[in-house]
Amino acid sequence: MQNKPDHDNGNVEVYHHRGDNLPAHGSHDEEVLSEDRVKAYWRANVKLLLVLLTIWFTVSYGFGILLVDWLNQVSLFGFKLGFWWAQQGSIYVFVILIFVYVALIGRIDRKFGVDDSDTGSDREGERP
Amino acid sequence: MTTQMLTYIVVGLTFALYIGIAVWSRAASTKDFYVAGAGVHPLTNGMATAADWMSAGSFISIAGMIAFAGYDGSVYLMGWTGGYVLLALLLAPYLRMFGQYTVPDFIGERYYSSSARVVAVICLVFICFTYVAGQMRGVGVVFSRFLEVEITTGVFIGMAVVFFYAVLGGMKGITYTQVAQYCVMIFAYITPAIFVSMLVTGNPVPQLGLASEVQDGSGLRVLEKLDQVLVDLGFTPYTDGSKAMIDVFTITLVLMAGTAGLPHVIVRFFTVPKVSDARKSAGYALVFIALLYTTAPALAAFARLTFIDTVNNTAYAEAPSWVKTWEDIGLIAWLDKNEDGTIQYAAGDAFEGAPVFVGGAGEHGQKLVENTPLDNTNEVYVDRDIMMLASPEIANLPPWVLALVAAGGLAAALSTAAGLLLVVSTSLSHDLLKKTLRPDITEKQELLYARGAAAVAVCFAGYLGINPPGFVAQVIAFAFGLAAASLFPAIFLGIFVRNMNREGAIAGMLSGLLFTAAYIVYFKFVNPAASTPDNWWLGISPEGIGSLGMMINFAVAFTVSRFTAQTPDYVKALVDDVRIPSGAGVAHRH
Repeated sequence: MQNKPDHDNGNVEVYHHRGDNLPAHGSHDEEVLSEDRVKAYWRANVKLLLVLLTIWFTVSYGFGILLVDWLNQVSLFGFKLGFWWAQQGSIYVFVILIFVYVALIGRIDRKFGVDDSDTGSDREGERP
Repeated sequence: MTTQMLTYIVVGLTFALYIGIAVWSRAASTKDFYVAGAGVHPLTNGMATAADWMSAGSFISIAGMIAFAGYDGSVYLMGWTGGYVLLALLLAPYLRMFGQYTVPDFIGERYYSSSARVVAVICLVFICFTYVAGQMRGVGVVFSRFLEVEITTGVFIGMAVVFFYAVLGGMKGITYTQVAQYCVMIFAYITPAIFVSMLVTGNPVPQLGLASEVQDGSGLRVLEKLDQVLVDLGFTPYTDGSKAMIDVFTITLVLMAGTAGLPHVIVRFFTVPKVSDARKSAGYALVFIALLYTTAPALAAFARLTFIDTVNNTAYAEAPSWVKTWEDIGLIAWLDKNEDGTIQYAAGDAFEGAPVFVGGAGEHGQKLVENTPLDNTNEVYVDRDIMMLASPEIANLPPWVLALVAAGGLAAALSTAAGLLLVVSTSLSHDLLKKTLRPDITEKQELLYARGAAAVAVCFAGYLGINPPGFVAQVIAFAFGLAAASLFPAIFLGIFVRNMNREGAIAGMLSGLLFTAAYIVYFKFVNPAASTPDNWWLGISPEGIGSLGMMINFAVAFTVSRFTAQTPDYVKALVDDVRIPSGAGVAHRH
């Protein structure tokens, strides 16, 4: 993986898109990332998304719909299990999934030095 | 003090609060007007998003929908919450990073095409007006039920309030009124639910009450009891569905993808300062939404149980007073088929259609109907909305709770209406005017046009509320189907598929759109009689067809993009840039 920015290479063009409502972001020491670094970051993000969306699918479409009859054979506190996943359980898991994503993607952001925190100091490697 | 007086006072106070907030948060620039200056705290935005999202339908109807559909009602619960996972993981952060004002902005720039932008504007305006008509109608209905004014007058008052804070404050005014509206709404929803839960199970937490024993000495838990009672009356058990599995699956998918693609929800994430705030904000929004959506199924089960318990085999003369109150406005009707003076409730419709009262009173004092009776033992007509609206009376709560429910219903309707109207006015003044037709206008002029567009949109919405098109209920399927089949795939592909080009995206959007629209129009408007599971393609109902439309969109987009010109390099660079939250530049080799 290429970690160094290559400003000084004559064949490289640095792109910044413009917009009327660009988000605020931190001042990083290194304002230019290589294409490879972006690719690696994106691979890590997509991997995380796949895991979380598998859980998302399993609790709602899996437990709540496809396997509902099978799970309904089990009953806890008068709640048939499949029915509980469809009307309560899946919603709780959805909430947890979003906060887990926020935490884990934040960690990946810092690892790759692309987080939007106000200071660059909480990036890995610069931590005390 | 009468209940009505109290209702006037509570509703008046909340309206004064909304207007006060509007005056305090006037918009000074287009950035204020479109995205509240992009300085909204993620928690505040989460609350505003929840109010934006939960409409009059969520507040008034969802408990009743579940109460009468049982397991089949799960599609709404999972669909309207699971969409936030898609939004938080797949769309919101990247759209925030893109850093413009609207959804058509993204589609137009990402696919380097003003045609794509215009297609997106058309979808968006259609979706928003479909929705807004229902909200304005909801405002009118709440006014007429609780304050006994004409529906038309109610709509005018609602319009005046929305006009005031949407035109004056734009997104800034809307954001902070939505926070207040969320608080009113959730308090008004949870309070009766807690009391009803205590009444039925003795457990004050509705979500736990749903798994507790019913306090009638039977030793059965709520859902066991409900299954038993319903089976005895000839219904299918509450916890079993009657819809086919494929239909439940596809409807849930449409509602999830549609939620994630609805423009008035997406635009809320443009108001937070940073990308990481957009992610957090989606999480907070879902917490606030889940509070209502996990309470609703509990309220539904309690209300259905209590309703049957109170009404079935009760002499009409001895029925509680709320039965008569709601009969007066046509949400309940009783047809004494076997002429024994006692109300019998069973499966099947008591008579054809909604009750049409002939004006006279029967021998027991009931309002007589002229509808053709149907051949079954059921004598009761009951509107599903009653499960929420009448819950304070069913549980014998003091009049202020009823006043609160009225204010909550209005808060739910107004907050959603305002959010939708703002999106419409933004896409007219910004996407159509500034970015397409007249790029030379100044910011000041643009702001003026935005206010003007908001004013026109409010008036048009009011018109729809007073003269509702007869098909409001049917077009809701349309709104979600279109969002799922057009906007959601276009945005998703724009972020996750770097090589997706203009030709692919436009062909995909159009084919998804046309397929979904044609299927819905055929079964809902052209030939409604044929709309039965036997005739549906693969057994998928018009409500669920958007998920197939979405698959078609993806398939067409990939195929077409393979055989047409490559995406230009600067657009690929834009995609890379949007994927990185820090705003650092990306170096591209040539």
